[in-house]
Amino acid sequence: MTNVSMTVNGKAVSGEVEGRTLLSDFLRENLHLTGTHVGCDTSQCGACTVHVAGKMVKSCTMLALEADGGDVSTIEGMANEDGSLGVIQAAFQEHHGLQCGFCTPGMVMAASALLAENSSPSEAEIRHHLDGNICRCTGYHNIVKSIQAAASALS
Amino acid sequence: MYDFEFVKPSTVDEAVAALSSEDAQALGGGQTLIPTMKQRLASPTKLVSLLGIASMAGVSENNGVVTIGGATTHADVAAAGLGAVSTLAGNIGDPAVRNRGTIGGSLANNDPSADYPAAILALGATIVTNNREIAAGDFFDGMFTTTLEEGEIITAVSFTPPSAASYQKFEQPASHFALTGVFVAKTASGVRVAVTGASEEGVHRWTTAEDALNTNFSADALEGLSVSPDGMIADLHGTAEYRANLVKVLAQRAVASC
Repeated sequence: MTNVSMTVNGKAVSGEVEGRTLLSDFLRENLHLTGTHVGCDTSQCGACTVHVAGKMVKSCTMLALEADGGDVSTIEGMANEDGSLGVIQAAFQEHHGLQCGFCTPGMVMAASALLAENSSPSEAEIRHHLDGNICRCTGYHNIVKSIQAAASALS
Repeated sequence: MYDFEFVKPSTVDEAVAALSSEDAQALGGGQTLIPTMKQRLASPTKLVSLLGIASMAGVSENNGVVTIGGATTHADVAAAGLGAVSTLAGNIGDPAVRNRGTIGGSLANNDPSADYPAAILALGATIVTNNREIAAGDFFDGMFTTTLEEGEIITAVSFTPPSAASYQKFEQPASHFALTGVFVAKTASGVRVAVTGASEEGVHRWTTAEDALNTNFSADALEGLSVSPDGMIADLHGTAEYRANLVKVLAQRAVASC
């Protein structure tokens, strides 16, 4: 076991991990941040999407030790400090951007990464950006609407 | 996934030393290796991450030669303004994969449907390792095989920018790999056409098309050519004949958009 330390949602955290411990496992099992979902565990679905150094990554396809010393953001960090929904989360709620909700943490993290780079993405750009985030309910139309609404709200 | 020792050296020399132990494996972004290890199709006893080596990341240009560090992510290549190479990098996998996956990792893996090998072969690029330089034509050695030695690391890839180039990919929508892809480049030594996602031998040049395009650089110049389906990949996504047809169609589209 090796000690790993990183910043998660602005807080310094550390824990003991194996070489093979995935970042998703460290977040869920060690830190009990279970908002990050593991859908497929084969790098396809994007439910486990988090940000590392501000870039979206699939936390099931990154070793926890690769994030040592890094800055990680998860869905738990998307809410406002008082616990109310952040702008992107509120847009998903308002526009019914979720059905079963399983993919939603990854969708919100993907949306946040997109809007950080492109404050007014076109529908085509949003859909291209969601290439690696799968909604098994196939609720893409409202996910795209939610992201468009979040872009408007943030601008 | 079986457990392993993880090390993250900060220099190439340290990485080479760490890779000298038995069953040690270099780790780029891990976007292929980690899923492979989860399926227990690979079980190295030590992983040597190359992402802590600052000298291996980034894109630079010097005396008309572009150099891409081996640990440069697809996202960074996509943002580097390298024309067709950046466009290609921006369509690998999905955004999260592009933020982790590296050009060195992709080339060392030499997946027969990967995008980068087509660009590197068409550009006549040079693969720079910790102890030598390998011409692209001598690097790829069949499906998932390269001429890299055990423990040898791709530290960079360099090439002279082509006067025109285009990569056309028929995407396999579930995996985002190329069902078939063709990279056409006008280089100082003539037109080069490289094909991925088609041959059972992996990435290869289509020299008949190169000859035709060197005489007449137009999509029409390829109209009379035919590609044999012999030795082409056949799977549930497409037959050998389908891929053979795609090679020609995509080459024509690439020429048309150069």
